[in-house]
Amino acid sequence: MSEQHQIIINGNEFSYEPGETILETARRNHIDIPTLCYLKGATPTGECRICVVEVEGARTLAASCATPAANGMIVRTESPKVVEARRLIIQLMLSSGNHNCAVRGSDSKDWTQFQLDVHQADSSSELCPVWGDCRLQDLAYRYQVSGERFPKTETVYPIESVNPFIVRDFSRCILCGRCVQACNEVQVNNAIHFGYRGASTKIIAAGDRPLKDSDCVFCGECVQACPVGALVEKDVRYRVRPRDTKKVRTTCGYCGVGCQMFLHVKDGKVVKVTGVEDVAPNYGSLCVKGRFGFDFISSPERLTVPLIKENGKFREASWDEALDLTAKKLGEIKEQHGPDSIGVLTSARITNEENYIAQKFARAVLKTNNVDHCARL
Amino acid sequence: MTNTIGCIEKADVILVTGSNTTENHPVLSASVKRAVSFRGARLIVVDPRNIKIAGFAHQRLRPNLGTDVAWINGMMHVIIKENLYDKTFVENRTAGFDELKKTVETYTPEHVEKITGIPAKQLADAARMYAEAQRGSILYCMGITQHTSGTDNVKSLANLAMLCGNLGIEGGGVNPLRGQNNVQGACDMGGLPNVFTAYQPVNSPDALKKMEGGWNVTGLSAKPGLKATEMIPAALEGKIKALYIIGENPLVSDPDLNHAEHCLKHLDFLVVQDIFLTETAKSADVVLPSACFAEKEGTFSNTERRVQRVRKAAEPPGQAKEDWKITAEISTRMGHPMSYSDTEAIFGEIRKVTPSYAGITYQRIEEEGIHWPCPNTEHPGTPVLHTAQFPIGKGKFHAVEWMPPAETADAEYPVYLTTGRVIYQYHTGTMTMKTGGLNERAPESFVEISPADGGKYGLRHGDLAEIASRRGSITARVQFSDKAADGTVFIPFHFAAAAANRLTNAALDPVSGIPEYKVCAVRLSKAA
Repeated sequence: MSEQHQIIINGNEFSYEPGETILETARRNHIDIPTLCYLKGATPTGECRICVVEVEGARTLAASCATPAANGMIVRTESPKVVEARRLIIQLMLSSGNHNCAVRGSDSKDWTQFQLDVHQADSSSELCPVWGDCRLQDLAYRYQVSGERFPKTETVYPIESVNPFIVRDFSRCILCGRCVQACNEVQVNNAIHFGYRGASTKIIAAGDRPLKDSDCVFCGECVQACPVGALVEKDVRYRVRPRDTKKVRTTCGYCGVGCQMFLHVKDGKVVKVTGVEDVAPNYGSLCVKGRFGFDFISSPERLTVPLIKENGKFREASWDEALDLTAKKLGEIKEQHGPDSIGVLTSARITNEENYIAQKFARAVLKTNNVDHCARL
Repeated sequence: MTNTIGCIEKADVILVTGSNTTENHPVLSASVKRAVSFRGARLIVVDPRNIKIAGFAHQRLRPNLGTDVAWINGMMHVIIKENLYDKTFVENRTAGFDELKKTVETYTPEHVEKITGIPAKQLADAARMYAEAQRGSILYCMGITQHTSGTDNVKSLANLAMLCGNLGIEGGGVNPLRGQNNVQGACDMGGLPNVFTAYQPVNSPDALKKMEGGWNVTGLSAKPGLKATEMIPAALEGKIKALYIIGENPLVSDPDLNHAEHCLKHLDFLVVQDIFLTETAKSADVVLPSACFAEKEGTFSNTERRVQRVRKAAEPPGQAKEDWKITAEISTRMGHPMSYSDTEAIFGEIRKVTPSYAGITYQRIEEEGIHWPCPNTEHPGTPVLHTAQFPIGKGKFHAVEWMPPAETADAEYPVYLTTGRVIYQYHTGTMTMKTGGLNERAPESFVEISPADGGKYGLRHGDLAEIASRRGSITARVQFSDKAADGTVFIPFHFAAAAANRLTNAALDPVSGIPEYKVCAVRLSKAA
């Protein structure tokens, strides 16, 4: 008889793949164990301990992200002990730094002063920039805790915003290390690391220099990985809230890798881009161009009307006029000089459907095979 | 690519050549870096510049510009001589081995060192590293193709992969990295002068008849047309009178720009369809405003032949329209009505005339794209090509001899120039240069030069230098870098204000028509 691979989670039996962690087995079976530091595909660190579960017979709670499932193991994912541990962790996280969403607690006297301090540090009078889009906030609601239990720990490090793309707000960092793993284990840019020690711990780049002076190439993997408001796109911070946007999934328009991305659209304008996780070929990753190079879409320099050149100068024209002129000219030249006197350059930038139509136009209408694009350039 | 991006992380050895992967395909480069850092893969990087990915390599080979066939032949020499090749694969799946063996016989590592500058021992070590692996993946890019010997370079890489049995297996392959989002698709769709969709030759009577039937027309031309790089000079000769250019900017991207500009002036009629008034659009008679990728529905095919959906997120600005609608309108006005209800209807027609796309539907690729060939709707697609046999049956070794580049350095133009991209900009910059942050990171052109060459030509870091070739001259800021090899400088081609392509040589590969962007001779001096 082959070896059994059975584990009991919350009273139900599940089979697991050898090597799988408790968390992986649970997630595969739609059992929701909360995580903060866990980053799929990277080495589990057990750093945040939010994913702890009770394993029968074990002396302490086990971090499910780092504990392999074993045969006959009896696991409880929401027992009183587990819930109590999670509540404590969330309370500790909330008490450190500028977590000025409502879950920080609003009853104590120092609430007003706290908000005013955060507003000053942040140069904004709004609540946290990731309010409503924050794993820590979600968990605080889920476990109904506030940050009042412990005295507030002061923030040691100021905000860094001296690069064009990413704001690093150390006051909201919970030191979960997801960004470090995203940078070192996913994109392997090896730009950021844990620095200093103990209460002074900080995520640092290049011996604690600004990102712009480090090996960072602004792929933004860390921003996408950050579960809280410590790493936010500069153009998005306090300007775009998820509730104001709709997401449209598409394929990146830059290089040939074909990364799957979400365009976040606000008032008809693309305002943010994120990678689509769990799907090939990029599994959530993007590069600096894909993630941040979208301003061209709504650039005022875009062409908006057809143009016709007269006496060396362009004038605006109607579609009818421009298309009629084009059709007439191409028709005349084909008539006079033959089909092969016309060439069509189609494009590596447009869709398959459009390329198909362009070459069909050249071949079936102009009757020439003079059609090519910039594959060679 | 013969294989997938996912395959890279299954390789035991990865050979990257002519690809500045971390800057031009950053997300794909992460697969290479992960394979090396966490999965124990060996990495060989062959590139004249000391690029970032080379920092991950177990073997860094830095050949002189334009000597690729020589080092590849040299590796095969070692592999054959030391009996490291895959005899089963060579016997069962290939033809022409004896001829290859004879050709590479003279390419001893010592002889190759004289041509390429790669130390003989290092070449032999790299050859052994590649040959001894179970699964070897070759990744290459324009550093291999943009040469007068580009086709030979690619054939040589294919020889090397076949010799070691690295085709048709997971983690193997000969994998060109496509530089533009839909180069693959433009080729698949017949945006080439010699083939219809799915590479059906225009001069094949069967294919021609099929397309005439599919399109309900007669009189399609069986004569292969001109390549892009031939159309431009043909304008000067008066053979091409009109050009319809869609979403391309040859007046920055073409080689020997001064000449290209001169050629386009001879056209009777130039119509440019684009999202911006590009350098090329400025010289047009008619400019048609089009929608960008975020404003349209459709599909792109990526570098691993995966057909993926493009979806509309925003409205095009002003009166701009989707490219297919504009082309269809011109067609209709020329007396050939073209009307489609939407892009899915066009895709339906594509499937009918394109065997490799026949099984792909919008519905099937809603969540995840499918790799062509996919001949029917039950077919899962083909992530790895050539698993059982090659399209022509046995894979043919093409024995090729090394030929020097079209232009070599001399007393007057003593320095080699090679061109490429930087991570923060893209192609001719029409898109990326609209993002302030990208411009802040990469604001202007530069000439990357070794400190030793700086000393030799009286240039310091930050100086403005004049770089001149036989075809033109530009001014760019000097950037000292340990990436540069002595005697070779690099200039990115993004910047129209200091367009590297005023310097480059329009000499073409005789088969592919690719210009030799990667090698020309220049001289350097301090700008006045």
